[in-house]
Amino acid sequence: MLTRKTSEPFWWLLFAAGGMVAALLVPVHLLVQGLAVPLGWTSISHARMLALAAQPLVKLYLFALIALPLYHWAHRFRFILEDLGLRGLRTPIALLSYGAAVLGTVATLWVLWRI
Amino acid sequence: MTVPRVERPGLYYPKLPATWWLRNANYFRFMLRELSSVFIALFLVVFLIQLHRLPQGPGAYAAYLETLRAPGWIIFHVLALAFALYHSVTWFNLTGVVQVVHLGERQVPPRLVVGASFALWAVVSVVLLWFLLRG
Amino acid sequence: MTEETMTLEVTRYRPGHDREPRTESFTVPYRKDWVVLDALNHIKDRIDGTLSYRWSCRMGVCGSCGMMVNGVPKLTCAAFLRDYRPGPIRVGPLANFPVIRDLVIALDDFMEKLRRVKPWIIRAVEKPVADGEYLQTPAQLDAYKQFSMCINCMLCYAACPVYGLEPAFVGPAAIALAYRYNLDSRDEGYRLREPVLSEAVGVWECTFVGECSVVCPKGVDPAAAIQRSKLAGATDWLLSMIMPWGGRR
Ligand code: SF4
Ligand code: FES
Repeated sequence: MLTRKTSEPFWWLLFAAGGMVAALLVPVHLLVQGLAVPLGWTSISHARMLALAAQPLVKLYLFALIALPLYHWAHRFRFILEDLGLRGLRTPIALLSYGAAVLGTVATLWVLWRI
Repeated sequence: MTVPRVERPGLYYPKLPATWWLRNANYFRFMLRELSSVFIALFLVVFLIQLHRLPQGPGAYAAYLETLRAPGWIIFHVLALAFALYHSVTWFNLTGVVQVVHLGERQVPPRLVVGASFALWAVVSVVLLWFLLRG
Repeated sequence: MTEETMTLEVTRYRPGHDREPRTESFTVPYRKDWVVLDALNHIKDRIDGTLSYRWSCRMGVCGSCGMMVNGVPKLTCAAFLRDYRPGPIRVGPLANFPVIRDLVIALDDFMEKLRRVKPWIIRAVEKPVADGEYLQTPAQLDAYKQFSMCINCMLCYAACPVYGLEPAFVGPAAIALAYRYNLDSRDEGYRLREPVLSEAVGVWECTFVGECSVVCPKGVDPAAAIQRSKLAGATDWLLSMIMPWGGRR
């Protein structure tokens, strides 16, 4: 098992990368997919979405877009719980948070693989 | 693990309550900033499910999009968008603090670094919008 | 003519007598040019000589008069009564520290942490005095000057919830000081300070609440020092992964 000393920089780098990706890209995706399409301001056809998502470069983009911010979440979520006073449970909280992000990464790979 | 501190008799050791973040506006804004990551992650999970539906054919995909029209989901996405924007703004503001940029011997003023981050965000957003909405 | 007054609600704690601190109200004359410390001195001289607190310079350089004023860490020699009108003003000991008596807190923990980051110039090999001083360009001075302005007032620790929750956290001022020496062109001690900063309770403990930099009376910006130390630590780690035979510095 990694010691805290060597694992912290690793998770922090993933957190920083994820935070950057989320800050740059997520608002537009949220606006378009979460609001503009459901509210009918615009539409993206199934055929076009499929054609787009099938391209390797787009897949790579989608992987970074989805997987990296999961680590950003995991890192912050872990410290929210710690800052709320759950310091006795530090190790399980860290395992659960980062574990969920790793699981999400695997799921993202699987979904993109099948497109 | 950290060793618990040894408390000396006679001294009074204050305890920070779990509600410390309600004590001042900056603490509260910090909590909102950290909480934004939860909404961003939830949105990405929703997006992942959408991608999962994609190869299942137009029917399954359309049905999923239909669910997202429910008022509950619209409210969620409005909230998530607000949090995502809050994340972007705080994130770029803080890059000026964290990332020191040097031009030759001189340090580039943090305000310029922050400005450049926001400019990059604007450009990326416009390009992405154009790409998503085209055709 | 009745004199204008203001009320101070002062936290009192008598070791051995009180289980918990309590509050005592004092009425002091209001003067436009009085700071909270003047009001405390008035109480000690005229009302209750047992009131205990620390102060020295009265001009914001010694860093000994830090207290919580209306819940915010302040140098009481720089907190004017006029900014808290009409009152009352709550004055308490610096948060997150053990209280010795009234407004006096225990410093040992902070002093120990300061020592631990080796806040002095470390050379691999000292050069003989005869060879003259270590020279530095204005730009090299600028690189760390901001982080050298610290007066060890500990307001930043009182503002830091992470320190409140985890007393072992090395904390803002000590990390800022370590960073100051790491940035100094004359210093070669990065490797010696690094273990303290990268340990479990070092820089990684910080969640960047940022309040330390808000309350710092000297514009030190310890939060920036901590985040930049994280970045440096992470870069080091990455390089050591890519090039196991040795990263930078
Ligand atoms: S960094 Fe600022 S607030 Fe902290 S001890 Fe130094 S002068 Fe005081
Ligand atoms: S008395 Fe010296 S800083 Fe206030």
